[in-house]
Amino acid sequence: MSTIQSIAGQNEQHPDIALVERVRAGDVSAYDELVRKYERQIFRIAQHITQNREDAEDVMQDAFLKAYEKLDQFQGNAKFYTWLVRIAVNESLMRLRKRRSGKMVSIDEDLKTEEGSVPRDFADWAPNPEQNYNQSELAGILRKTIQGLPHGFRVVFALRDVEGLSTEETAETLGLSVPAVKSRLLRARLQLRERLSRYFKRKTGPVTPSGIDGVLAPQKGN
Amino acid sequence: MTCTEFLQLLDDLIDESVSAPIRSEIEQHIRCCEHCEVVFNTTRKTIEIYRSNEIYDLTPELRERLHAAIMARCRGCR
Ligand SMILES: [Zn+2]
Repeated sequence: MSTIQSIAGQNEQHPDIALVERVRAGDVSAYDELVRKYERQIFRIAQHITQNREDAEDVMQDAFLKAYEKLDQFQGNAKFYTWLVRIAVNESLMRLRKRRSGKMVSIDEDLKTEEGSVPRDFADWAPNPEQNYNQSELAGILRKTIQGLPHGFRVVFALRDVEGLSTEETAETLGLSVPAVKSRLLRARLQLRERLSRYFKRKTGPVTPSGIDGVLAPQKGN
Repeated sequence: MTCTEFLQLLDDLIDESVSAPIRSEIEQHIRCCEHCEVVFNTTRKTIEIYRSNEIYDLTPELRERLHAAIMARCRGCR
């Protein structure tokens, strides 16, 4: 008895594990809790990969259903969230393949470009530059910018930087090596930075004669 | 430290996984290299902006609809 308690105490069991055990014992409401906890993340990941709202909705439903059906295969020592993410990534890639009519989709494609591996724009950004746009303008800019990244960079950035997976978890989920994840992450971050710079850089005062009128109307945000 | 060496350490710097001596070398480089300072600050800001803004919003209505559909399918498969 005391041994069992001390082992449980040492391992600091993740709360998801208790929920998973309840689901396995036949309590569907425990799965309801797990779905509520992770549906936003799974939907975002599906959107990042498929870039299509309808597909993302389907992926989200299929991923949660598949996870439910395969719950017996889930190893209690892994994190439920990363296990679920892996299912969602695979479902998303399958959906993408279907949409591209059977063409193989690999996360290795489109990576030959050297674009953005070296920074070119060194203009500083305005302080809190995102505040110069309203919420929907900003979301539009961020969507357009990340959608322009090569697929294999976008997925790494989304999992690692947006959804908070570790480098190792990202590597495992995508079937990549840790160095491959690291090199993609750097290039993804630099390319996004470079592209966002267009919108966020500090506005400098008018320099051309045509800008003289602008002196009387200071630029927004400065 | 050169700008190329700085760039190789950028991710570790952002993820705060550099040792103290390397960190002080980096800080020294940034103090006299405006370009790398901008790259560091704006890259960090890029990540922060993506983390704190929802770009694929799941509206409460859509969320409820999808949630109900998932649970109905799960209940139906056992
Ligand atoms: Zn430099």
